[in-house]
Amino acid sequence: MSLDARVPIGPLSEKWTKCKNELKLVSPTNKRKYDIIVIGSGLAGASAAASLGELGYNVKVFCFQDSPRRAHSIAAQGGINAAKNYQNDGDSVGRLFYDTVKGGDFRAREANVYRLAEVSANIIDQCVAQGVPFAREYGGTLANRTFGGVLVSRTFYARGQTGQQLLLGAYSSLMRQVERGKVKLYSRHEMLDLVLVDGVARGVIARDLTNGNFEKHAAHAVLLCTGGYSNVFYLSTNAKGCNATAIWRAYKRGAYFGNPCFTQIHPTSIPQHGDYQSKLTLMSESLRNDGRVWVPKQKGDKRRPEAIPEGERDYYLERKYPTYGNMVPRDVASRNAKAVCDEGRGVSETGQAVYLDFADAIKRDGREVIRQKYGNLFHMYEKITGENPYHTPMKIYPAPHYTMGGLWVDYHLESTIPGLFVLGEANFSDHGANRLGASALMQGLADGYFIAPYTVGHHLAGRKLPKVSTDGPEFEEALRAAKGRVDRLLKINGKRSVDSFHRELGRIMWDKCGMSRSEAGLKEAIAKIRALREEFWNNVKIPGGNAELNQSLEQAGRVADFIELGELMCRDALNRRESCGGHFREESQTEENEAKRDDENYLYVSAWQHQGDDKEPTLHKEPLAFESIHLTQRSYK
Amino acid sequence: MEKKLNLTLKIWRQKGPQAQGRLVTYPVQGVSTDASFLEMLDVLNEELLKKGEEPVAFDHDCREGICGMCSLMINGQTHGPDRETTTCQLHMRRFKDGDTIVIEPWRAKSFPILKDLVVDRTAFDRVIAAGGYASVNVGNAQDANCILVGKESADRAMDAAACIGCGACVASCKNASAMLFVAAKVTHFAELPQGQPERYKRAQAMVAQMDAEGFGGCTNTYECEAACPAGIQVTTIAKLNREYLKSSFAYAEESKSSEGEG
Ligand SMILES: Cc1cc2nc3c(=O)[nH]c(=O)nc-3n(C[C@H](O)[C@H](O)[C@H](O)COP(=O)(O)OP(=O)(O)OC[C@H]3O[C@@H](n4cnc5c(N)ncnc54)[C@H](O)[C@@H]3O)c2cc1C
Ligand code: FES
Repeated sequence: MSLDARVPIGPLSEKWTKCKNELKLVSPTNKRKYDIIVIGSGLAGASAAASLGELGYNVKVFCFQDSPRRAHSIAAQGGINAAKNYQNDGDSVGRLFYDTVKGGDFRAREANVYRLAEVSANIIDQCVAQGVPFAREYGGTLANRTFGGVLVSRTFYARGQTGQQLLLGAYSSLMRQVERGKVKLYSRHEMLDLVLVDGVARGVIARDLTNGNFEKHAAHAVLLCTGGYSNVFYLSTNAKGCNATAIWRAYKRGAYFGNPCFTQIHPTSIPQHGDYQSKLTLMSESLRNDGRVWVPKQKGDKRRPEAIPEGERDYYLERKYPTYGNMVPRDVASRNAKAVCDEGRGVSETGQAVYLDFADAIKRDGREVIRQKYGNLFHMYEKITGENPYHTPMKIYPAPHYTMGGLWVDYHLESTIPGLFVLGEANFSDHGANRLGASALMQGLADGYFIAPYTVGHHLAGRKLPKVSTDGPEFEEALRAAKGRVDRLLKINGKRSVDSFHRELGRIMWDKCGMSRSEAGLKEAIAKIRALREEFWNNVKIPGGNAELNQSLEQAGRVADFIELGELMCRDALNRRESCGGHFREESQTEENEAKRDDENYLYVSAWQHQGDDKEPTLHKEPLAFESIHLTQRSYK
Repeated sequence: MEKKLNLTLKIWRQKGPQAQGRLVTYPVQGVSTDASFLEMLDVLNEELLKKGEEPVAFDHDCREGICGMCSLMINGQTHGPDRETTTCQLHMRRFKDGDTIVIEPWRAKSFPILKDLVVDRTAFDRVIAAGGYASVNVGNAQDANCILVGKESADRAMDAAACIGCGACVASCKNASAMLFVAAKVTHFAELPQGQPERYKRAQAMVAQMDAEGFGGCTNTYECEAACPAGIQVTTIAKLNREYLKSSFAYAEESKSSEGEG
C-alpha cells in the first residue's frame, strides 16, 4: 500500500480552506443514522465526541477511568499556545507554524502543522465561550506567558492547571451531549480490539473493567484518542494508567505506526528515590530561568552540596553552551544530565540526579522574588522530597514525558485503515521529532474540535458503509481473540508480578532507547525485549479471575503490549541512523558531540506495517517536502 | 533523611459490590519515609502477590493530586491527615514507626463500593450532565477578547473551578451531601459572563439531580471544606443557596413565558 497523505495541492495557507470546501457533507437529517465510537476522553477525545454529538451523530465514548474528566490531559500544567497576537509582539500563524516545525527538528508534515497554527486561535475562542477561566489581566483581557524558548508571548494558561481547565471545558460540553442523548458514556471500559469489516474500521471489542464482561460495539467510524505511550519506560511523568493498548491492537489490525522511536525526555523532573517508585513528577522547566545546573567535578564526591566549594563544581551547561547556558532546549539539557551521571558524577544516593541550584538567584534577587516566581513549585518539591529548595539545591533528572510517535495518519487524521481516525497524542502528526512546550494541548483540541468533525463526515458521506451486525463473523473473531488473550494471561500462573516485568522493560528502554541510542545498544535491547516477552508469557502471575474488577489483569494486558511496542521503538531507532530532536544516535554527532541531523537520507516519516507476531514489520516511508521553510541545523553554542 | 517504618495496616477488603466486607490486618515492614502513601500500598500488593493473595484494589491514576481518582479514608480522614492534599500526594514521612493505619473506601449511599477501596462515583457525572456547562456549540464562539472578564471574577471562577471531583466532600460529610461539589460548579459559572444565560436553570437542574442521586442535605457542619484537597471554600455553598433561591423565582418565570411557543 502506498502512503498517500492526501495533502491538498496549492499554497500552504490555502490548503485547509480548499480541503474543507471539497469535503463531502452528511445531510443534517442523515447524521442521526451514523454511529461513531470515540476511544478516549482526554482533550482530543472529549472535544471530538462533544463536537460530533453537537452535529447530530450518535456517539459512544470509552475511557478506562471512572469518569471521562480524569483523562491524563487533566495533569497538564503550563499552558496552551495560540497565534492570537494579543500581545502585539509580532506573532502570527506563520510564526507559530515555523516555531513548531523547527522545534520538531524538521520531521513533521508541513501542511498539518500549518493547519494547526491556523486553527489555534479558534481553540481559545471556543474554550472561553465554554467558561474556561483563563488567567486575565486587570483590564479583563486574556493574559499570556512566554514558554519554551520562543520569542513571542502566546501561551494561554489557567494558573498551573491549564490542562485541567481545558479538559473540564471539553468534558462539560461532552456531558451536555450525554444529557441530550447524543453521547453515551462507557467509563471503566477498555478497548481491547478493533473490528474491521471489508477492510473498514466498523467497531471495537471492549471489556467492562468492573465485571470483566466483553462487549461488541459496531459503528460507522472509530476514533482513537488514547494518548501517549511514555509509560513504556515504566517511570514517566504520565499518569499510571496511560497505555498503548488501543493503538497497538489497531496496529496489529493493519494501521501503520509512525515514528515510534520519537519520544521526549523532559529535563526537569524530580529524580527517582527508591525501587518502589511508581512515577516521576514534572517540575516546570521555567525553573531553569533562574536555577543553575551543576554536579561535582570529582567522581563519587559524597559531600553535601553546600560543602562543595565553587571551584570544585562543574556548571556543565554553562561551560559547554556559553550562549544558551542553562536554557538549552529540552533534549540537549536531558542528554547532558545523563552524560555527567554516566561518568559517575551524579548526585543523591542513586547517583542519578544533578543539582538545580537557586542560591545565586536568591542572593541576587532576594528570597521573596524567587518565592513569587516559583513558590508553588518549591512547595510541591518539598512535599515530595522533604527537602527545602530555598536552603539546599533541588535535585533533578530527566524523565520520559511525551511521545511524538503514534499511529500514522493522513491530512484527514485517518489512519491506513479506512474509517479509523487517530487524534491527539495517539497520532504521530504534528510535532516531528520533538515537541515544543504548550503545543500538545493545542493539537489535541485542534484535532477534536476543528478537524475530525469535518473529515469524519467526509468518510461517512463518501464511502459505502453497509449495515453491520455485531453478530457477524468479524466481531465474533475479534471477540474470541480478545477473550482468548485474557484467558491465556490468566492461565500462565507463573512466579513474577506484572509490575516486575514492566520495570524490567522500562530499564531496557531507558538504557538503550532513551536519551541516547546506538546500533549495538539497540540490537542488544531487541534481543533482551524478545527474551522478556518470552518470559512474560510463561512466567507472569495474575491473581484473581476475569469476571471481576481485576487491576493486575488490566495491567498485564497493557504491559504485554508495551513489550511488543518497545521492540518496534528500538527497531525504528535502529533504522534512523541520524540524530534529530529527541532521538540521539551516537553514530551521528558533530565533532563537539552535538546531534547531527541527516536530511539527505532521513527526511521522511517512518511508517511501520505489522506483518505477523513473529515476522519483521515492513517500513514504509513518507517523504517530507518543505516548500516554505529552509532547513537549518540547530546550534546552541 | 529517609527512614524505615514498620506499620500495621487495617484495610477494608470486599470482593464485589454485593459481597460482605471486613477490615483485614496486614503488617508491613521497612516502608521508606520517602515513599508516597500509594507506593506503600504498591509494596504491600507486591508482597501479597508473592504470597499468592489477591492485591488490594484501589483507584489512582495521575498520582499528582489533580485527576481526582485516588480516594481513601485514612484513619477516618478523607485523603489522610494533611490539609489540601490528596492521598497520592501524602507521603509516609507523615507517619511514625509502629503506627496502625486504618484504610477504608469512601462511604456514601451514592458512591457504592465496587471492590475493596474502589467506589463508583458516576453520580457526579450525572450531576454535571444535568447542567454543569455553558450551552455553546463549536463554531459559535466570537473572539475571546470580545467579552472582558475582570481579573477578580476570573480568579474567583478559577478558585471554584479547581474542584477535582474526587468526592472527599461527600465522604467527609455525615449526611453524604454533595453540596460543595455542586456549589463549586455553579459558582464557577455564576462568576463568568459565559455562565449567565443558563444561570438559574443550571442551579435548579444540578440540585435536582443531586437529590435524585440520593446525596444528603447540607446542615452546615463544613467538614467538606476541611476535607477538600483543592481548597474549595464553603462560601461557594452560600452562593449556591442564593443562586438556587433566586432561580426558584426566575426559572419559574422563564418557563412560564416560554409556554405555548412552538
Ligand atoms: C505532567 C504533564 C504536563 C504536561 N503539560 C503540558 C502543557 O503544559 N502543555 C501542553 O501542551 N502539553 C502538556 N503535556 C502533554 C499533554 O498533556 C498531553 O499530550 C495531552 O493532554 C494528551 O491528550 P490526549 O487527549 O491525546 O490523551 P489523554 O488525555 O492521555 O487521554 C487518553 C484517553 O484515552 C483513554 N484510553 C486510553 N487507552 C484506552 C483503551 N484501551 N480503552 C479505553 N480508553 C482508553 C483514557 O481513559 C483517556 O480518557 C503534559 C503532559 C504531562 C505528562
Ligand atoms: S491519583 Fe490523581 S489525584 Fe490522586
